[in-house]
Amino acid sequence: MAEPRGISRRAFTTRAMAFVGTIIGTVVGIPIIGYLVSPAVKASTTETWIPLGALSKYPVGTPTQSNFTLTQVNGWEKTVNSYSVYVLRGSNDSVEVLSNVCTHLGCRVTWHTKADEYICPCHDGRFSPTGKVISGPPPHPLTTYETKLDNGNLFIHVLES
Amino acid sequence: MITNKVFPWLDERLGLKTIYKTILDRNVPKVNWWFTLGSATLFLFVLQVVTGIMLTVYYVPSPSTAYDSIQYIMNDVTMGWLIRGIHHWGATLMVITVFIHMLRVFYYGAYKYPRELTWVTGVLLLLFTLGMGFTGYLLPWDQKAYWATTVGTSIAGSVPLIGDFIMRVLRGGSDLSGVTLARFFSAHIWMFPILIMGLIGVHLYLVIRLGISSVPAKTD
Repeated sequence: MAEPRGISRRAFTTRAMAFVGTIIGTVVGIPIIGYLVSPAVKASTTETWIPLGALSKYPVGTPTQSNFTLTQVNGWEKTVNSYSVYVLRGSNDSVEVLSNVCTHLGCRVTWHTKADEYICPCHDGRFSPTGKVISGPPPHPLTTYETKLDNGNLFIHVLES
Repeated sequence: MITNKVFPWLDERLGLKTIYKTILDRNVPKVNWWFTLGSATLFLFVLQVVTGIMLTVYYVPSPSTAYDSIQYIMNDVTMGWLIRGIHHWGATLMVITVFIHMLRVFYYGAYKYPRELTWVTGVLLLLFTLGMGFTGYLLPWDQKAYWATTVGTSIAGSVPLIGDFIMRVLRGGSDLSGVTLARFFSAHIWMFPILIMGLIGVHLYLVIRLGISSVPAKTD
């Protein structure tokens, strides 16, 4: 094609089209990438302090069960999960909060006052009042929660992924 | 390298230059800006397809999740508001461009011999576009969507004799329900798009085969 010097009308149009097309492609294309990877990037780790009520309502020396719920949000789905913990209040406001999930295979342990132990119903794992393994298959002590006292109320730190 | 070796190799086998010449380098009479509306509509359709496919990534067409999944798209997904916004406004704009495109063809008499079939496929495309608008309107499953579809399907129900049957077919039952939502979704993302794509193919083939008519002169 023998074109005169400078840019021809046709070449100008072609380049203008390519330019505008690139802009449109970018304006639509880049948001689409962000849109598609969004749930992976926004992996939400919620960490909250769960209130377990006034510490004074828990008896000293006896592990006492306390329940709370956590709402897990996945996209438009909300799942409410129930959790149980054991609160062991010591003297002069010291407190220990233990998860009731057995460290062996995740069954729920129960406090047995007579035996003075937590007993797991699945494989007879036994834990002491402070969560140490006494007998059975559990490899670790019961998980403890970080606690804080605010105005006489007990809070535990929960990390939910 | 690409222009010297690869392109000629491909062109010899695929006839790319011929395709380019036939589609883009065809002769056209001197026309005006009203003649761009068909291309504008095609562009909007492509945009609707792309953004629509993106919306199905998160949208779930059931009464319990439709509204919430759209809230999720709008509030939580990166650029979700933009993708849905383009789809929403693109839909409105497409109805407008399709309609003005039709008016231009009508007032310029471009539907006359030998372009009658271009006109007929165009009218079908207009109807299917409106069908897309009607079925898409229900999908957010909010009050406006629900009652608009209640009214719309009731209008279909006013047809003599077979009206009630048509209304039941549209609703998938006597009332609006999850069945309605599911079938409107199916029509919106499968049936109408396939029909529209096929007809766009025929429409464009006819436009290229017959060429476009010029702006009529005063003496025409």
